[in-house]
Amino acid sequence: MRRQYAGEVGLIGHMPAPASLRVVENVGGAVLRRHKVHLLLDKLGERLAFERTGVRLFDALMAKLEAQGSWDRGPTLEELAQFRADEAHHFALLQDVLINLGADPTAVTPSADLAGVELAGIVQVVSDPRTTLPQALHAHLVAELVDSASWEQLVGLADDFGEAALAHKLREPLAQELRHRDTVTTWLKRHAALVVEGTLKYSA
Amino acid sequence: MTLDLLREHGTPLARQVFTWKDLVREPISKLDDEAFTRVRLIVGHAVEQAAVRFQHAAVRFGAEHRLLLADIRRVEHHQATLLRWLQPADQSPLESSIAVAQAAVEVGAQMARCEPDPYVAQALRLGLLEDFDHLYRLAALMDRLEGRDANAMLQSYTDIRPGRPTSAQHRAPEDDLRRWYDRYATAPATKLHARIACAIAYHARDHYLDVGPTFADPVARQLYAELASVKEQHVTQCESLLDPAETWLERWLLQEAAEVYLYWGCLSSETNPRVLAVWDRFLAYELEHLRIVRELYEKTEMRDASEVVPLSFTEPLEFAGERAFIREVLAAEVELGAAGTEFVPRDAESRATQSYRAQLERDGSPSETVAAGYRWSPGTELADPRIRDASVLPPLKATGS
Repeated sequence: MRRQYAGEVGLIGHMPAPASLRVVENVGGAVLRRHKVHLLLDKLGERLAFERTGVRLFDALMAKLEAQGSWDRGPTLEELAQFRADEAHHFALLQDVLINLGADPTAVTPSADLAGVELAGIVQVVSDPRTTLPQALHAHLVAELVDSASWEQLVGLADDFGEAALAHKLREPLAQELRHRDTVTTWLKRHAALVVEGTLKYSA
Repeated sequence: MTLDLLREHGTPLARQVFTWKDLVREPISKLDDEAFTRVRLIVGHAVEQAAVRFQHAAVRFGAEHRLLLADIRRVEHHQATLLRWLQPADQSPLESSIAVAQAAVEVGAQMARCEPDPYVAQALRLGLLEDFDHLYRLAALMDRLEGRDANAMLQSYTDIRPGRPTSAQHRAPEDDLRRWYDRYATAPATKLHARIACAIAYHARDHYLDVGPTFADPVARQLYAELASVKEQHVTQCESLLDPAETWLERWLLQEAAEVYLYWGCLSSETNPRVLAVWDRFLAYELEHLRIVRELYEKTEMRDASEVVPLSFTEPLEFAGERAFIREVLAAEVELGAAGTEFVPRDAESRATQSYRAQLERDGSPSETVAAGYRWSPGTELADPRIRDASVLPPLKATGS
């Protein structure tokens, strides 16, 4: 039955109509096949949606930290606020990139739509007042792992398109996202170590 | 444009059949389809659910013809299923709520604009400004919890701005009851509008009740509890508009007529060819239901059914944006409330309502909390640099207090 449906149904959706010829002209001045342009715009839209939700994930993490506190060399409010600011900055940067390519940054691309579905479980874990900060950070680590890998892919894509300036612009967010990923991993490792040595009580 | 209810042929009841595959079709696309395709599906489902509820209640109150009721009800149930299952799985619960609120606002606005009875029109407008505010609160929740823009669902047909504040919508039960229309003197359009409005309100109530507890976020859980409570009030208001002297067969006749009227509007305005075929098919189903109930009514009550439902419909529901009308109502009536069966300025609301409201909000107001200072921008409030770049570390937080 699943195979039958898979063979019969269409796609979740298509790229928004305004992904127009202006974009084709804008990308490197070369005439590119539209589906290739769509790949770039779809992935830029995906990152934009992801970063915007990322801001809200950090809002929820900050609220949790304020309510529960942290641990020795665990996250501080200032660090979470800085990471939140990074996500907001990435969102703004992607808005500018899309506008400069002639695309509408408010339009939801198919990959952006699916990013929302992917993130839904993470939002649920992080926003649940019953989850502990380490539990919420573990869920958030899923987001950071996907985010850093996806920025890598996006930079590679810009390179493949011969868009050196764009690739350069995207490298800074990539570096920041790698730092987020590594920092969250370190916080969680430190928390586990403190539990193992008996300094922290494991609440779960 | 006219639909002749006597000359149009429906599908015989025996041929109104489904398969599981038929019920579970490829859903619409959240990204590609028009917002009003989604709205039509929501309203169609709501009206089918109302039909099923009515037909169950009829049996419980000892109605005769329980076999016929069971036969038709089974079809209505499957129609409700097919329409509901056309909603896609990548539509989150919160996105579905945005769509449900848009359906209430847009279809409610159109019926309020076209309603011939001034008192019923006023009741519909009262509900409209309240649904409009629900949409704003839900958009704020979506923005601030998930970082997503409600306008992707609304497709710019409906404004995202405050209406009558949800916190000011809670009224004592006695202030939600309205005068009922006179079954002999009232235009058929009024009777159909009241039923469709009631079906939409009931559906929204059930939707908020179902979806609310699926959220982990306590603000969302409280907001949904609050919205469900207001929708319960709206159901109370809409139901109270119906003349209680209507016989159950008269009500069945009007319910079927409301379904025909709705599907005709859906068929006249649909842009998705696959969904258009569903409206065509379901209109033919409902024409037959109406014919059967008309015959039963005339045979049982010895009255001409055309005294209750018209012989034809002349104007279909349009399913077009009602922005101008909504803005007009918002400017003129946002300060209105209700006391008893009358619409009054909010400062003239009853002591019972004031006390009821104060009790509910003694521990705070979720609809106020979720949207505190919220102003929608295209692409979420984070697209506004003043919001995006504002410090999230107020002095108390920064000092770790």
